[in-house]
Amino acid sequence: MEAHSSEVFVIGLTVFFLACIIGYYVVWSVTPALHSPLMGVTNAISSVIIVGAILAAGPQGFDTSKIFGLIGVVLASVNIFGGFLVTYRMLSMFKKKTKKTKEKE
Amino acid sequence: MSSNIVAILYLISALLFIFALRGLSHPESSRMGNIFGIIGMIIAVFTTLMFKSVLSYYEIGAAILIGGAIGSFIALRIEMTALPQLVAAFHSLVGLAAVFVAAAAFYDPVAFSIGKVGSIKTASLVEMSIGTFIGAITFSGSVLAFGKLQGTISGKPIVFKFQHFINASIFLLIILLIVLFVVNQSPTIFWTIVIVSIILGFLVVIPIGGADMPVVVSMLNSYSGWAACGIGFTLSNNLLIITGALVGASGAILSYIMSKGMNRSIINVVLGGFGGEQDTSASKDNSDKIVKQGNAEDAAYIMKNADSVIIVPGYGMAVAQAQHALREMGDILKKEGIEVRYAIHPVAGRMPGHMNVLLAEANVPYEEVLELDEINHDFPMTEVSFVIGANDVTNPAAKTDESSPIFGMPILDVEKSQSVLFVKRSMATGYSGVDNDLFYRDNTTMLFGDAKKMCEDIVKSLSS
Repeated sequence: MEAHSSEVFVIGLTVFFLACIIGYYVVWSVTPALHSPLMGVTNAISSVIIVGAILAAGPQGFDTSKIFGLIGVVLASVNIFGGFLVTYRMLSMFKKKTKKTKEKE
Repeated sequence: MSSNIVAILYLISALLFIFALRGLSHPESSRMGNIFGIIGMIIAVFTTLMFKSVLSYYEIGAAILIGGAIGSFIALRIEMTALPQLVAAFHSLVGLAAVFVAAAAFYDPVAFSIGKVGSIKTASLVEMSIGTFIGAITFSGSVLAFGKLQGTISGKPIVFKFQHFINASIFLLIILLIVLFVVNQSPTIFWTIVIVSIILGFLVVIPIGGADMPVVVSMLNSYSGWAACGIGFTLSNNLLIITGALVGASGAILSYIMSKGMNRSIINVVLGGFGGEQDTSASKDNSDKIVKQGNAEDAAYIMKNADSVIIVPGYGMAVAQAQHALREMGDILKKEGIEVRYAIHPVAGRMPGHMNVLLAEANVPYEEVLELDEINHDFPMTEVSFVIGANDVTNPAAKTDESSPIFGMPILDVEKSQSVLFVKRSMATGYSGVDNDLFYRDNTTMLFGDAKKMCEDIVKSLSS
């Protein structure tokens, strides 16, 4: 990673606005029936913040920053595993029912 | 690894996250989407572990295992009716994680290449404190939302004098603290920002009532995204910025859809206090009106002789865990050759799409579950509307009575069907505190009792 200059900030800002626009269109295309799984997935991916926590926990030895980083890793991991798993559970319900009821009929 | 390879791997991971959301446009593609999301996350984590500065693999591995075990345990055990609480709890963790990452960056800026202790770059300080602020608000707001959804804290809105003035003052105080923090980089001020933001998070959610929770949960979803963005700017990490923006946009759109479903502006919901006081005058008006009461046999008889039934589920169905019994009832009716469909109001339940998940859990095929716009024009051609655990979303006063607090809210036109069956615990008003005129109509039959028990009894009479 390079030094924090105004150039880096402007690039970040560009990325930010473009991502907002992508997010806007992608989310509107989500079917309302799947809004709960959408929350599950967004919850899981927002824990990509784990990247920052890993960087903080990375150096050897023990200091305040490392402890904060490790706590961050634990918290984000709860979310990553929990978020993806609960979404998986929700989505597999949307699958099995079509088959089951057809079998019954 | 060179910084270019890192950037490309992060880009792949960001693209996979976009595909993960895109997959949710249809139930069939959604599971693949979830897998894209998981792959994206694995790439992001392993890429970061390859950094030269990252050396303590054992500690990090242990932390991931601990967190992963807790998360998996909770996600596998949770009841689908408790999803809203779970999501709120998860949001609080994202918020808290953001605070810890910001704190770590503040205490060890060298690890993030943003300067040295005591002389961190100004831009980084601003971004860091904004990330901390949003993260802390997300944390405490979600904790309170969790409490309200779980029932540990009363779902009633708590309003007090000068509430908005106090919140606005605290917000200004936080801005002042951020300025001070940027100037003198003191740890005391950093933690003061954290604490004051936590207090603000509580105060922001406290006036918002239980049934407005779909908006609050979506809003906190949005905040957790913006918090990730803030940290992304601090670390100049595009992956975090992109993902945060995706999540932020998603939560914002959901909040918009939810408040539109109640014909209220997001601001109105956020200011809170809605549905706290019971409108006594309205209920007095109807005290002498006659309510037609029925039992399970009557309901079974009415539905058995119909051609088409539309079921309108609401939060009451979730509370009573009635979805399985309800589906069983629907199956028997379908065997009799009756057309059975489900109508979902955008704000039914306590989070966006809550009813859809519960019906899916009970194996209701998603083709039979329709949104308000898709099904509303079919009510006049429908013989029976079976309303279970919903109230305000069917109230015709929203269309006719300008003085009603729910005036203008889009409702399901159940009153247009030939007869209405209303499963309810009692005559109590819905969350809005407004009496429902529909209860007193000639073609309405009230079925008093627990939603699950009622469905089971109807199933019994249908089968006998």
